[in-house]
Amino acid sequence: MKAAVIVFPGSNCDRDLAVAFEQAGADVTMVWHKDTDLPEGVDIVGIPGGFSFGDYLRCGAIAANSPICRSVVKHAERGGYALGICNGFQVLTETGLLPGALMRNAGLKFICKQVGLQVATADSAFTSGYSQGQEITIPVAHHDGNYNADAELLARLKGEDRVAFTYTDNPNGSDGDIAGILSDNRRVLGMMPHPERSVDERHGGTDGSAMFRSLMDQLVTA
Amino acid sequence: MKARVHVMLKNGVLDPQGEAVRHALGSLGFEGVEGVRQGKVIELDLADGTSEDTVKDMCEKLLANTVIESYSIELS
Repeated sequence: MKAAVIVFPGSNCDRDLAVAFEQAGADVTMVWHKDTDLPEGVDIVGIPGGFSFGDYLRCGAIAANSPICRSVVKHAERGGYALGICNGFQVLTETGLLPGALMRNAGLKFICKQVGLQVATADSAFTSGYSQGQEITIPVAHHDGNYNADAELLARLKGEDRVAFTYTDNPNGSDGDIAGILSDNRRVLGMMPHPERSVDERHGGTDGSAMFRSLMDQLVTA
Repeated sequence: MKARVHVMLKNGVLDPQGEAVRHALGSLGFEGVEGVRQGKVIELDLADGTSEDTVKDMCEKLLANTVIESYSIELS
């Protein structure tokens, strides 16, 4: 599996994400935001957490319009895989690859803690290593993770089985307790919690490992 | 020429920051503040002759996230 991790000014989870991909056996290339093309043969693009461009204007808005993001959008439109975590999820909604928007946490505070998640679907390359309904513990660290979806979008996401993870105890006011969603072709996942921060016993847990392992299993044969 | 773009959360989208401001005004003793919505103003210095349609395009592509925000444009 060939993975590319995008680096914006202000990204701070890029190396953690690269380590998580590498630990699963992926060949990882770091790609600078000013680059216009992804490396040849990339299977999956990782958009990491952080504060790209200082969260100026709106979280992820400037990054979503950077040169590399045009290639990421093309990659996804061709059926390529993409994983956006935290700020990466915000970037994916700003590009329009994922619907809805992420707003300021309902309690207005930055939240940094372990949260319980329920795996809402195991039907994706990202979540096939879990079982549906399984509860896992993954850390969150965000100020703007309040997922906003109107009733029509919520119904569509649920009806199409595109909610990947929900919070067991909603920390940020997200509609439908949503922590992560899939694109309509199920190949783009955006989520606020950080699975890459839960892949080593020294992280305090390894519940994120199954995501990278299942991606490896699915994409190595793709 | 200048353009002033006002960006606001759409009606119906809960504004937690506006709510916090409303509570703060209440605790300062200002009575009767029934609602606060917080938005932003973006001022653009533009080359003469820039059309309103161009500014609208800027709003759609970058300045506002039309999923949750509405915008209005004042040219001067």
